[in-house]
Formats: sequence, structure tokens, C-alpha cells
Amino acid sequence: MNRILRLFLPLALYLVFTVVPFYWMLLFALRPAGSTSLLPWPLTFDHFDTVWNGMGFRVYFQNSVWIALLTLVFVTFFALMGGYALARFRFRGQRAFLLALLCTQFVPGAMMLIPLFNIFQTFDLINSRWSLIIAETTFQLPLAMILMSGFVKNVPVELEESAMVDGCGRVRAFLAVVLPLLRPGIVAVGSFAFIGSWNNFLFALMFLNDPELQTVPVGLQTTIGENTVDFGALAAGGVVAAVPVVLVFAFVQKYLVQGMSAGAVKG
Amino acid sequence: MALAAPPPVRGHRLRRALAPYALISPTLLLLAVFLLFPVGSVLYYALQHHVVNEPYDDAFVGLANFRQMFGDEQFWSSLAFSAKWVFAEVLLQLLLGLALALIVNETFVGRAVARALVFSPWAVSGVLTTSIWMLLYNPATGVFHYLAELGAGSAGTSVLGNPDTVFGAAVVAELWRGVPFFAILILADLQSVPKELYEAASMDGAGRVRTFCHVTLPHLRDAIVLATLLRSVWEFNNVDLLYTLTNGGPAGATTSLPLYVAQLARKSYDFGYGSALTTAAFVILLFCSILYLRLSKFGREK
Repeated sequence: MNRILRLFLPLALYLVFTVVPFYWMLLFALRPAGSTSLLPWPLTFDHFDTVWNGMGFRVYFQNSVWIALLTLVFVTFFALMGGYALARFRFRGQRAFLLALLCTQFVPGAMMLIPLFNIFQTFDLINSRWSLIIAETTFQLPLAMILMSGFVKNVPVELEESAMVDGCGRVRAFLAVVLPLLRPGIVAVGSFAFIGSWNNFLFALMFLNDPELQTVPVGLQTTIGENTVDFGALAAGGVVAAVPVVLVFAFVQKYLVQGMSAGAVKG
Repeated sequence: MALAAPPPVRGHRLRRALAPYALISPTLLLLAVFLLFPVGSVLYYALQHHVVNEPYDDAFVGLANFRQMFGDEQFWSSLAFSAKWVFAEVLLQLLLGLALALIVNETFVGRAVARALVFSPWAVSGVLTTSIWMLLYNPATGVFHYLAELGAGSAGTSVLGNPDTVFGAAVVAELWRGVPFFAILILADLQSVPKELYEAASMDGAGRVRTFCHVTLPHLRDAIVLATLLRSVWEFNNVDLLYTLTNGGPAGATTSLPLYVAQLARKSYDFGYGSALTTAAFVILLFCSILYLRLSKFGREK
């Protein structure tokens, strides 16, 4: 009885709070326009057809996938390099570098839009997906690197040393011994990067004008019209936006808790 | 003979000394060009008269932009909104996140599924959160409509259109995706509390509440301080949700400082003044963060 009051009742309440909004979106996406049924019945996929083929979500989706995947690759790769340096070397300027990484968290990203716009214009990257990939990589790298250095620290340095005694160079020792043990960290950092990049709205809104280049969040925003809102389209677009990240999340959620305890909290 | 080739160790040592710099160099380059330089240009423009569509009027104006800021009522009201927003969000996210973490840290059947479900909004973006909550809040077809049919509340309530309710409505929408972040961070730290501490506490006859206050909470302190700090900064800088959910309205009731700056940039192209506001926001954040870290004794012995 005690356990029900203490554990299951609050959990049930919180589950309702979490799940009802998701359900509501699915409901509007799957039932016909004008229906007030609380069950998605009769089932229809018309709204998906509208957003996917009619409103360009097919293109937005592909753009978002490419941008998020490339961001994932860059963030993970650079975070591995820098995280390894932070965890395994003592070097002059290390503390300053770490402090600088932490300070980046205080920079208001939204307020950097105009100077960033000017820079990308100089490099002729406006209306290029590279502007999003570069900006997203830059803003995500600091935390990803701190997180990754936490994972590297968790790999005993003796393993690496013994591989080097056996004649491996540092690089081979890293690739053969450390990298396989870092898999959970790589998965965690990579999925953060993917989710963050997939969700970015303001950079895409600001740096891309061509509708052919737009991403899912901006497409989703366009379904919210000024006065008239097509709720079916809005909900179906929402499902398209949610499915990849929620799938990634479901897959990595246990690494996520490990990742947080390895990196961000323990420093 | 004295100038014999340097022993191989030396080259090795040099390589070893340079290796960390080589490894961090891509990051340094990215941060310098796409973060440090923009920050610098914001500081520079804060001291300039710089309106994008008046290109010939650019001039150094010293602190004039900041003087204008002190007399700008909208600056003060947006700053007040931001403070209220950060305080409400972070406090509620912390309390709910702590409770949620404690719950899903217990062992029970279906725990893995429960965790995946309650944490899942974490992966969702601001625009998506907006879309979902617009569906929920819609007076004609949202949940309030159904609740009104069941006799709870009145029909046709537009929570987003009413200045009295819009704050609460936006806070709840942001809580939905914000609580999991706290819960995940705190859960991660809960799992590292040494079991012996709990055993010792129960040997001493401490009850559930006392154990929580004297063992669990002190252990969580650093995680909580870090999570609240990071989240405060993120919530302060959060634009996407408010931008798409309310666009600062109705009647400016939900205009945060970053939103005000974004509106300035879009409507009047006054980048000099916008940069001064940005600079002020940065200084306020930095000052509050340092104060918070000092007061909370972050990283000191427990």
C-alpha cells in the first residue's frame, strides 16, 4: 500500500503527463480531419500524404538526415580527439582550455545569429547545408568533448600502457584497446549530436532560404499558419519530426544515464 | 661529434608535447572562428551605431547604446520575464526531476519501459513541443474542450491567448520536455551513491526521510548545482519554444530578453542596440553564475 502511494501513483501521474501529449499528436495525425473521436478511428494516412508529398516533408526529412548525420560524424570525431587529449595528457593551457569549453555554455546561441550570418556570408555558405553543420558542430563540441574525456578517463590507462609495452604505437594502442571500450561513450555523444542537430530550428531558419534545402523543424513551423492551422498536417509533421529522435533516444537511453555520470557530473 | 643526431627519445618527446595541441586544434579553430569571433563582433557592435539598412550612419558611439538600454522599458520588462521564466522552470524542473529520478531508481517490474517513456520528451525539440502543445491547448479541439465536456472548466478557454494564463501554459509545455533532463542527470548521480552509506544509515536507525536528507541529498549536491546552473543558462537563452508558441505575446506578456533582441534584429535591423542587449545578457548570466557557484560551495568537500 505504502509502495503504491509512494511509487506507482506518482509514476502513473507522470506517465499520463508524458504520454498524453504524444498520444494527442498521434490521434490528430491518424484520424480524419473534423473527427472528434478520442481513438484514431477510422484510421487515415491522408495527413501523412499531405505533409510528406504535398508540403515537402520528404525533402525536409532527407535534408535533416544528412545534416544530422554529418554533424554526428564531426562532433564525435573531434570530441574523441580532444577528449582523449584532455584525459590522457597534461599540457600547458589545459585548464584554460577546459574553462573556455565551459564558458561557451554561457554564450547565448540565439544572439549570435547575426554575426554568424555575416561570417557565413563572407565564406559564401548562406543557403548551404554546411553553414548548419558547421554552426551545430561548433556549439555542440564543447560539451561533447567534456563528456568524452569522462569516458576516456574511465578506461584504465594501464591497458594502453601494456599495449605500448607490447610494441604498439600510441595510435595503434588507441585504436585496438581504447576505442572498443569507448563504444558506449561514442554512442552517447554521437546520439546527442544527432538529436541536437535534428532539432535545430533557428540556424536553419536563419541560414537557409531555399525551400529545397529546409529542414524538418522549419517545415513543421510552416504548418503552423498565421491564422488557419491544419491540425492534421501539424500533427503528422510532428510525428515525422519526432520519430527519428525518439527512436534514437529509446535505443541509447541507458547509455545516456551512464554518459551523464561519466562525463558531465564527475568532470 | 658533439652535434650527433638527437637521440630518438627527443623527437618522441617533442611529438608527445605537441600531440595534445594537435588533437585539440580542430576544436580550437572552430571555436575561434565561429564562436569567439562572433562574440568579439557583438562586443564591437555594442559600441557602434549600426543599423543594417542605414549603412552610411555607422559610427562609434561609446556607451550610448547602453544608456538607451537603461531607459528602455521593454528591456526591463523582458529581463523581468526572463528572470521569472528561468526561476519557475528551473525550480519546477528540479523538484519534479528529483522526484522522478527517485521513483525510477527503485526496482520494479517494467522499470526500463517506464524510464524510456518518461524520459522520451528529452529528445524532442522546441518547435515540436510547440506543435504538440498547440494541439493540446486549442480551445476548439484540445484537451480543455474535452475536459469542459466532462464538466471540468469552461469551454472555449484559450490559454495561449489570455495574458493571465499564457505564462503558466508556456511553463507547463517547457516542463514537459525539461524535466527529463534533470531526472536523467540526477538518476545518473543517484546510481553512484555508495551502498555502504545506506547500510550504515539503516544500522543507525535512520528512517527514509533522514536517510534522504543526510545521505542522498548531500551526495547529489554537485550534480544539482551543475544541472540547475546549465539549465538556467539554457532556459534563459531558450528562444525556439517561446518564439513558435507565443511569439512573445499576447501583448508582450511572454517576451523574454533573447526574444526581444531577435525581434529588434528582425524588425528594426538595429544591430548596434541589439548587440548592447546581448552583451548585457551575457554579463548578467556570467555574474549570476559566478555568484551561484560561490554561494552553493560547488566542488567543495561534502
